[in-house]
Amino acid sequence: MSILVIAEHDNESLKSATLNTVTAALAIGGDVSVLVAGSQCQSVAEAAAKISGVSKVLVADNAVYERQLAENMLPLIVELAAGKTHLLAPATTSGKNIMPGVAALLDVAQISEIISVESADVFERPIYAGNAIAKVQSLDAVKVLTVRTTAFDEAELTGAASIEVVASVCDAGNSRFVGEEVAVSERPELTSAKVIISGGRGMGNGENFALLEAVADKLGAAVGASRAAVDAGFVSNDMQVGQTGKIVAPDLYIAVGISGAIQHLAGMKDSKVIVAINKDEEAPIFSIADYGLVADLFEAVPELEAKL
Amino acid sequence: MKVLVTVKRVIDYNVKVRVKSDNSGVDLSNVKMAMNPFCEIAVEEAIRLKEAGIATEVVVVSLGVKACQEQLRTALALGADRAIHVETDQELESLNVAKLLAKVIEEEQPGMVILGKQAIDTDNNQTGQMLAALTGMPQGTFASKIVVDGDKALVTREVDGGLQTVELNMPIIATTDLRLNEPRYASLPNIMKAKRKPLVVKTIEELGVSIKDHTKLLSVTPPPERQGGIKVADVAELVDKLKNEAKVI
Ligand SMILES: Cc1cc2nc3c(=O)[nH]c(=O)nc-3n(C[C@H](O)[C@H](O)[C@H](O)COP(=O)(O)OP(=O)(O)OC[C@H]3O[C@@H](n4cnc5c(N)ncnc54)[C@H](O)[C@@H]3O)c2cc1C
Repeated sequence: MSILVIAEHDNESLKSATLNTVTAALAIGGDVSVLVAGSQCQSVAEAAAKISGVSKVLVADNAVYERQLAENMLPLIVELAAGKTHLLAPATTSGKNIMPGVAALLDVAQISEIISVESADVFERPIYAGNAIAKVQSLDAVKVLTVRTTAFDEAELTGAASIEVVASVCDAGNSRFVGEEVAVSERPELTSAKVIISGGRGMGNGENFALLEAVADKLGAAVGASRAAVDAGFVSNDMQVGQTGKIVAPDLYIAVGISGAIQHLAGMKDSKVIVAINKDEEAPIFSIADYGLVADLFEAVPELEAKL
Repeated sequence: MKVLVTVKRVIDYNVKVRVKSDNSGVDLSNVKMAMNPFCEIAVEEAIRLKEAGIATEVVVVSLGVKACQEQLRTALALGADRAIHVETDQELESLNVAKLLAKVIEEEQPGMVILGKQAIDTDNNQTGQMLAALTGMPQGTFASKIVVDGDKALVTREVDGGLQTVELNMPIIATTDLRLNEPRYASLPNIMKAKRKPLVVKTIEELGVSIKDHTKLLSVTPPPERQGGIKVADVAELVDKLKNEAKVI
């Protein structure tokens, strides 16, 4: 088996999603290489070379890969796929953007968001917002997989892989990066935070999220949100947890003013400990919460902050 | 410009999904079916492009069993001009759907194709990207804004870090995220009118696309049940439990 993992990074640092993906690759077994495609991304390549179990890091360092646009990444990955049995990427928005096209060009399926590796060609993945788990066998020679990062631990960083330069420059020329609005936050990233406190429609407005931020500061937590809170414009889209937002599985998830719709639960029900604060004792969130507090959040949350 | 929109017939998003006792799949007998929510957003976007004078025709496509025509009629009632139904009783994998759609695109030559970013049944999130790769059209996935400017389109995408805007050469493939728009409801007169709008049925053989299975579904099982816990009386008890029982703070 020969496996290629596509690294997630921002040209400066390697994202931890890559580490979870390597663990999935190691569970398949065989030789694991990592592709770092970016621009001026040498430091990322060096970080990737330290991932335990990785034998080789391939670096494609060119301006055309700076934003990892799918149009340019596809021919590169397809070229590097020669001789590979498995191509893996984390199921982040970047992995989801790129990998299906790679699969299509190789004339194989993509198996999305795997949560377990049963064998080299059998994988489990959630369907129907996590209300069912499908066990799927690939019939293709090359398996293209995206990996749900919360289902795999992070690989260790005790390795010393070789770094090899990839010279190919693929510029499809039909897409350009124009700009981005990136939420800057001192807090941990949602998908890798150990503690998350999320607010829903019950928060009433964006200013009230300051109540959650105060708790987050004390717990070193990330702040998340339900779709209703994002749609209402309280907070930005990158904070949405759920079927169509981010999938999280922290040690502690505190849901505040969130009713617990299945689409929200799909994104957080694998958290180790779930706390719900809601004034409606019938709210479905209580059926999966380890600790439920029926209370008005505007009283309970400040009190929680004070007691921490 | 012609806009092609795809719609998938899926279980209604409000329905509680039940896994069949023989673990062969999800029980779809007698459950309410509907248009995939992301496809509704795709249809709405196409209609808005037409209302804005950018699109001249909206063609809606669905692949699957005969009953998909219900969802096509809904799209027609919402404002699409005509419909194409690729009828088959086969379960179609994303790659096969993409290949069939690529053939429809070759025949229709649209300036833009809009798909939902994922279907809420299989949660695959891949058909649009596969279609882009097969047709060589650039892709604006997870779109929360689409602006057409001559032979270019600016697509704002919902990405993990926030929002990203890309400029794509037309024709393009776009996939919708939740905040692209809020779909309208069909009015009764429009539902009546939709019955007379053209709907063509094609077969896979007619499209001349050869497809095959790339995966085999071995089993479908319910996820591990999460046990509900306890209700705490107040914040003090909550903090105590988190510290001393769960040991997470
Ligand atoms: C295709 C599709 C995809 C979706 N994807 C997602 C997704 O990824 N993530 C997601 O979250 N949702 C998603 N949704 C939306 C989901 O169905 C729900 O609409 C949404 O999760 C509701 O958010 P909420 O719980 O904040 O709001 P509501 O359901 O309105 O709940 C608000 C809660 O706040 C409580 N409350 C109000 N005031 C107070 C107070 N003062 N103190 C304490 N409690 C209070 C209320 O009792 C209520 O339980 C999706 C829907 C669709 C159709």
